[in-house]
Amino acid sequence: MTTVIEVRDVTKQFKIHHERHQSLKERLLHPRSGSTELFNALRDVSFDVGVGETVGIVGHNGSGKSTLLKCICGVLKPSVGQIRLRGSLAALLELGAGFQPELSGRDNVYLYGAMLGLSRRTVDAVFDEIVEFSEIAPFIDTQVKFYSSGMYVRLAFAVAVNVDPDILVVDEVLAVGDERFQAKCVDRIQRFQREGRTILLVTHNADQVRALCDRAIVLDGGDLVADGPTHESLRVFRERLLDEAAEHDPEKLLGTIQIESVTTPSGSFEVRNGAGIHLDVTVSAQSAFSGNFVVEVFTRAGLLVSRSDAQGAPVNLAPGANRVAVDLPSLPLLDGVYDVNLGVVDAHGHTVVAWREGAASLQVIYDGREGGIVALGTAVTQL
Amino acid sequence: MDEASLAGPRERALAEAPVRVVSARVGLGRRLATLWSRRELLWGLVFSDIRIKYKNSALGIFWSMLSPAFTLAVYYMVFSLFLKNGIPNFVVYLFAGLVVWNMFLTAVSTATGVIVDRAALVKKVSFPREILALSNVGAAIVYFVVQIVVLVVFLAVLRHAPAWGFLWLLPVSFLALAAFSAALSVVMSAVNVYFRDMKHLIEVVLQLWFWLTPVVYSYENSIAPHLAAHGLSVLYFLNPVTLVVVTFQRVFYVTPVVHSTVTGQVLHILPTWSFDRFFLLNLALLGLSLLAFVVAEAVFGRLEGNFESEL
Repeated sequence: MTTVIEVRDVTKQFKIHHERHQSLKERLLHPRSGSTELFNALRDVSFDVGVGETVGIVGHNGSGKSTLLKCICGVLKPSVGQIRLRGSLAALLELGAGFQPELSGRDNVYLYGAMLGLSRRTVDAVFDEIVEFSEIAPFIDTQVKFYSSGMYVRLAFAVAVNVDPDILVVDEVLAVGDERFQAKCVDRIQRFQREGRTILLVTHNADQVRALCDRAIVLDGGDLVADGPTHESLRVFRERLLDEAAEHDPEKLLGTIQIESVTTPSGSFEVRNGAGIHLDVTVSAQSAFSGNFVVEVFTRAGLLVSRSDAQGAPVNLAPGANRVAVDLPSLPLLDGVYDVNLGVVDAHGHTVVAWREGAASLQVIYDGREGGIVALGTAVTQL
Repeated sequence: MDEASLAGPRERALAEAPVRVVSARVGLGRRLATLWSRRELLWGLVFSDIRIKYKNSALGIFWSMLSPAFTLAVYYMVFSLFLKNGIPNFVVYLFAGLVVWNMFLTAVSTATGVIVDRAALVKKVSFPREILALSNVGAAIVYFVVQIVVLVVFLAVLRHAPAWGFLWLLPVSFLALAAFSAALSVVMSAVNVYFRDMKHLIEVVLQLWFWLTPVVYSYENSIAPHLAAHGLSVLYFLNPVTLVVVTFQRVFYVTPVVHSTVTGQVLHILPTWSFDRFFLLNLALLGLSLLAFVVAEAVFGRLEGNFESEL
């Protein structure tokens, strides 16, 4: 497989000015003061992306994911190391940043295209498609400053995805527009995947990564901490989130509760479609705690099948070992392996106090020939 | 859809695609090559700058003529009518020099603040940043061309013929001025990111620079004898704009030696150099200006690395 993005030992340092002396006058007056501090936004990050891969980059705020993306796009230059790219790249970073409010939508399409490195002729060829995709045809000759924020972003997105990039870099932008437009964007990204384009998707929405990516990279405090299949990387990501939550945990609850083990009465995790399964969970607690129990079921591909109501299953844990029974009365699932995540959250369902990713793996057996995830038992009768 | 058929050619094409490298240091050659490959963005920015500036005015680009026309009128009145410098056809002499000076002034003074003003763009979109400064130089060139057209019409009305034999000096001289303006603009736009008061400082410097350039007075007539007495004539021509101004004056004003309209004395207005001497000097200036531009690119490359911390 051809490598299209090669990130090699990339470190990015920022200078943080505590006291800024931004004029010649000030610097002459205070030649020595104005302390600066170096901050590593990225530390020795290396990875490769092959042609046609869709890679998610996840991390919480300040993990360095946007910095990494900007380095790949060339907006920032790495302090150390290098990034090698093959093919054309279009970036959806802060959509519409290149727009000139005083110019019409039409002029901006050409200007933005030029910023992405396209010739006028290339933009001419796809102009109608851009306008159609953006759904703002009646306003294309209106000055952009009169656009609503939604129109603005739609136009920018339309330009970026219609320019035939080999690599598409997307940063949190799928959170824009109404739901229908979002669906259209996701649709377009999936078409890009089928066409063998390479996509980098930065988000802190784990569900989106599961839905779109084959592979995910996790950044934490500027370090690359995981790079692998989506579900494995996301497990690391969640653990990191928990670790971080533990540091800011006012009641020091995290770590005091552990999900120790999961068993079934028969010892087997195999279940036939339509049958139920009973999980016996042991939870240890250092002190009494009242909260809720949460159960998630995922496909191996990382698609969320079900997440239980975070306020719907109250548990009162006593100090020591507690037993919790989880009943999945009938699984309408098709053939395959499903991962079960278990967790304990507080009474409001907001704060996670214990989490076990992949606490059990269910092997579902199904004899029918339906495809997908859920057995609907569809019946077709000719009348 | 057959996925293999779609993925195949793209992968094959990509395997042969050139590799672009993003790293802390970019070689000068690559830098210039990238700049050249993005020239279409430069035209786009020049075009949109002008569009935005005159979008909401009915007279459009002719507003850009108003300020130069006013300056021309004021200097003409002050130097020719009030101070009676005795230079015949002074308005032509003045016009030829002002056109050159206006281009230099507009380019450098607008380009200096441009990186800071467009910080939002610089921090979010990837393109060679110096294009922003160059787009201001480009806009200045457009205004320059319009002013030259006005000058030509003006000369036609006055029935004042240019020095036809010297006409070929203009393109060389213009290119030298453009390259020098570009070099200074690129450097100043980057320096202004670090020293924000550069924008104000450059305005003062440009004012001083204007008086060091023989636009409203004649170098040969007023300063040359004093400098020549000390063997310092060269000093005056260290200002690159001077040669361009003098060349334009030679082409449009034509006569180096005239009789004063006030006293009837002989006035040496312009150097009495031959075409060849003018040409070689301008060619040398062009060479030096291009060199200055390459150096400016290198300096910009060094300063650009820390833009994101400073903006």
